[in-house]
Amino acid sequence: MSDILILLIKIVAALVWFLVLTLYLTWLERKESAIMQDRIGANRADFFGIRVIGLFQPFADAIKMMFKEDFTPTFSRRFIHNLAPFVAFFFTAVTVQAIPFGDVLRVGGKEIKLQVLDIDVGILFILAMLSFTVYGVLLSGWASNSRWTLLGGLRGTAQLVSYEVALGLSLIGLVMVFPSLRFSSIVNYQGELLFGWLPQWGILLQPLGFIVFLFASLAESERVPFDLPEGESEIVGFFTEYSGLKWGLYMFTSFMKVLLIACLLTTLFFGGYHVPWLNPDGFHFPWGGEWLLPHGIVVLFQIIMFNVKVIFFCWLQILIRWTYPRFRYDQLMDFGWKFLVPLSVINIVATAIVMTLLK
Amino acid sequence: MELFLFILLSILCIGAVLGMIIVNNQAYSALFLVLAFSCTAGLFALLDAPFIAVVQIIIYAGAILVLFIFVIMMVDIKEGLTPEKKKWTMALACILAVVLLIELLVALKSALSPMATSVSGQAGNASEIGHLLFTKYLYPFEITSVLIIAAMVGAIVLVKKKDSE
Repeated sequence: MSDILILLIKIVAALVWFLVLTLYLTWLERKESAIMQDRIGANRADFFGIRVIGLFQPFADAIKMMFKEDFTPTFSRRFIHNLAPFVAFFFTAVTVQAIPFGDVLRVGGKEIKLQVLDIDVGILFILAMLSFTVYGVLLSGWASNSRWTLLGGLRGTAQLVSYEVALGLSLIGLVMVFPSLRFSSIVNYQGELLFGWLPQWGILLQPLGFIVFLFASLAESERVPFDLPEGESEIVGFFTEYSGLKWGLYMFTSFMKVLLIACLLTTLFFGGYHVPWLNPDGFHFPWGGEWLLPHGIVVLFQIIMFNVKVIFFCWLQILIRWTYPRFRYDQLMDFGWKFLVPLSVINIVATAIVMTLLK
Repeated sequence: MELFLFILLSILCIGAVLGMIIVNNQAYSALFLVLAFSCTAGLFALLDAPFIAVVQIIIYAGAILVLFIFVIMMVDIKEGLTPEKKKWTMALACILAVVLLIELLVALKSALSPMATSVSGQAGNASEIGHLLFTKYLYPFEITSVLIIAAMVGAIVLVKKKDSE
């Protein structure tokens, strides 16, 4: 009974973490873009007269979104039109359950893994769920039954499907180096040390794979420089016929993808929850020092480290989004198929050769 | 719990397949097929074969059917078949259905024999499948990949030819 309770608490906690952080990502995006453009950004939302640098802004936005009129065009295919945003939202939200937030937490003789779904095929699970989110784009474009949204949906689907190829191929080298598809064991391998002092993180062993994965996943998040599915500034995107909360779901999904990409980059290439030289009993520095810590503090350090890395990558993605202009459509396809896919194949072959030579 | 999930997924799967056959609109038909594939993936997951389940979703629901629906939505065929053609397709469909039924019964017969049911618990494991593919089934695997590459090159050549004319 208590096992089921713990599992339920873990599922809810992971989801709440995901949603709250996504909510604050909207705030981070507003503030960061404002600072980059020498503005002040959202700072007016107050809660009984308390304004903390606009920290209540996401809640004001959410309330506004909920009370806006939810308009469904009469010419749309109603059921699919209503279903599509929920498909996109659900299958993105589910992915967080496979991410490890920390190592094992021992409380009162019980070992609690700080990861909900520790399956054998964690990486493939996330890729599968991401391939379901394509239906959110495809169906919304089609069910709105208007030419512009259909074109936007087709454009978006073509982009997502193309970049999924590069995304999958870029991870093969990583799976070869850390021989597992399971997130927890990939993170554990990254906790080991190279030459006795360097943390063995994915980016050191798979630099090329990291670059391909970064670009492919940026394309998956449908934001500038890859925002052709949406194209909010001039070409019309796939969710033009949505309003109110359903449009909000699409926007929220796009931010959730940013957070998910940050989680994946952290987990696969930057050691996940590992703090350099932190072992289960405390720090063991390579230059000989030691700093022993109790179990609870170690787990706390891991969770904080995971969050710091994730927020760093969110920051990086927002920086990229507000720095670069958009690709043209043919450039986008060329970049995916003629640059990223060959590069990831080269990465696979090079990894195989190096691994055979080092054996 | 597992039995409940099995019954739920099976009913959903059968319902989706029926819907796929009955519904007239191709796009809805394809969407029902997506649902059916997803339910099948769920059934695989219940059988402790997460790798097969996930690959089922990635390949069928995530890649093949997305392209199907993509084409259906772009072409948007409205009118059905003419009555004359309908007769022919009806006859052809009946023959194919009988062939499929026989095939399924034969498959079921071998699947129910005691030889087939003795699968080890690790059968759905990624590393186990990879190991089998590169040792016992190396030649069939390689030949299949050559076939797929040939098909891909063929498709590209066919499309290119139309372009230049």
